[in-house]
Amino acid sequence: MSRLGLVIDVDACVGCHACATACKEWNGASLMAGGAPDYDAHGAEPTGVWFNRVRHYEAGEYPASRTLNVPMSCMHCETADCVTVCPTGASYKRAEDGIVLIDAEKCMGCNYCAWACPYGARELDTDSGTMRKCTLCVDRIHDTALPEPERQPACVLACPAHARHFGDFDDPSSRVSTLVREREGAPLLEKLGYRPTNRYLPPRAAAEVPPPATVPPRGTLQSRLASLVDRLIRL
Amino acid sequence: MKPALSVVFFTVASGAGLGLAVWVLAWQLAGRVDGSVRAFWVAVAVAALLLTAGLLSSTGHLANPRNAWRAFSRFRSSWLSREGVLAVAFYPLAAAHLVFSVGGDPRARATAVAAIALALAIVVCTAMIYACLRTVPRWRTWHTVVGYLLFALASGGLLWAAILVSDGRAAPSWTLLLAPVVGAALVKLAWDAKFSDRVHATLNEAIGVPVSAAPGRVQGRVRLLDPGHATRTFLTNEFGFELARERAASLRLAMYALTVGAPVLAAIAAPGAAGRWAAALALLAGVLVERWLFFARAEHVVRLYHGQTRV
Repeated sequence: MSRLGLVIDVDACVGCHACATACKEWNGASLMAGGAPDYDAHGAEPTGVWFNRVRHYEAGEYPASRTLNVPMSCMHCETADCVTVCPTGASYKRAEDGIVLIDAEKCMGCNYCAWACPYGARELDTDSGTMRKCTLCVDRIHDTALPEPERQPACVLACPAHARHFGDFDDPSSRVSTLVREREGAPLLEKLGYRPTNRYLPPRAAAEVPPPATVPPRGTLQSRLASLVDRLIRL
Repeated sequence: MKPALSVVFFTVASGAGLGLAVWVLAWQLAGRVDGSVRAFWVAVAVAALLLTAGLLSSTGHLANPRNAWRAFSRFRSSWLSREGVLAVAFYPLAAAHLVFSVGGDPRARATAVAAIALALAIVVCTAMIYACLRTVPRWRTWHTVVGYLLFALASGGLLWAAILVSDGRAAPSWTLLLAPVVGAALVKLAWDAKFSDRVHATLNEAIGVPVSAAPGRVQGRVRLLDPGHATRTFLTNEFGFELARERAASLRLAMYALTVGAPVLAAIAAPGAAGRWAAALALLAGVLVERWLFFARAEHVVRLYHGQTRV
């Protein structure tokens, strides 16, 4: 029994969307995920299914402000209302590792699970009419054919800033558990009571950047000549 | 939330059909009508039509209706599944009751009581589909369930009165008909008062940044710089519906005029069959407006991540 999930270091995330595109690349072809189609990809109104979205915020007022990049995907909640509300049994949470998955063979595309999710983790694939979501790359992380360092979600492997960490939250000595302890990792929107597994490491306050010093204006040619003469006289 | 017309129509039509069933069955239990009365069968037909049309409409918003039959499987946890199971169970119970009613079988009393209970339970399930969602604070309240029940009884009552008067029979008293009408309006007013300025969650909470007093941490008001997508997404389509304040106000006015004004006006004017039907149809139109607003004004917490500062 384990409780697998992600730790996202908001302090380290540079907002490059590499996790989101790596996710699309892996899951677009994944049988477990069922695909992540794009619609009108190079047209005027491109849109599509993403299991992981990165949004950009600003906190505070300049000069004491900071840009925060917040990647969000399924939190694999312990109290997963998306599973409870699903009328067909297509949504389920695995007992062995806590991963929330969709059996597209059973999904009727009613969107009710997406309504029940506060994190926007579920998106409808309108090609098949069935719901899609993050699988925590369940078809990578347990694949013993892969070298051990690669048995991680595609988003974690892709992150150039090492802002994403994958592991077992039930193991107190795991990297994710240690990070959460040391950096006071917290779930998002905890007050709603979904008990999400994923944790976010809060961004540290940056040193205040002083506004650029004002350079005294250069005088006119006449006044500069006058001051040069003054200095020459004083020599 | 996006007000999907198929779902708006489903909740209004099935509610009215079940409300009408409750009135007819209650009248039958009270010994005021029986299987030999034309109005009884007209009401049965109208109720069956409304319920069936509503249920069929509810499948209209499914993206993969081939799997709709599976929706009966998770009744132990899902209100949507419960609604489906109970709604389908209503048909054989109603059929058995009609057979008993025609044959003068004494078991008709028991089936009438059971059918009333089941009809009300279905309306509660429909309401609970929305009231159970922690993501939509405006729905997660007793107002949703009581409102759905009262609007169902109000629309069923006016329809039943119109059917009785058309058959040359005495309608239920206006006191009885107006009770759920006024009750529903009061619930809507209480709902508006409760949510007019209540804040359930903020954008700061949504991304875990304290507004102040956080030594060593980023703090201060958060605002969205970029949602990370160029155009609309599934999430903005489904949850990003914006209703202009003025439009909401005028629709609310129309809703109260149609759901309360029309029946009260009818009570004062004491009209004949045509007037009764007009009042019933006006009320139904008003409930459609009410239900459209119920969706349009509901704010899902995911809107915080798209830049709304509070929900």
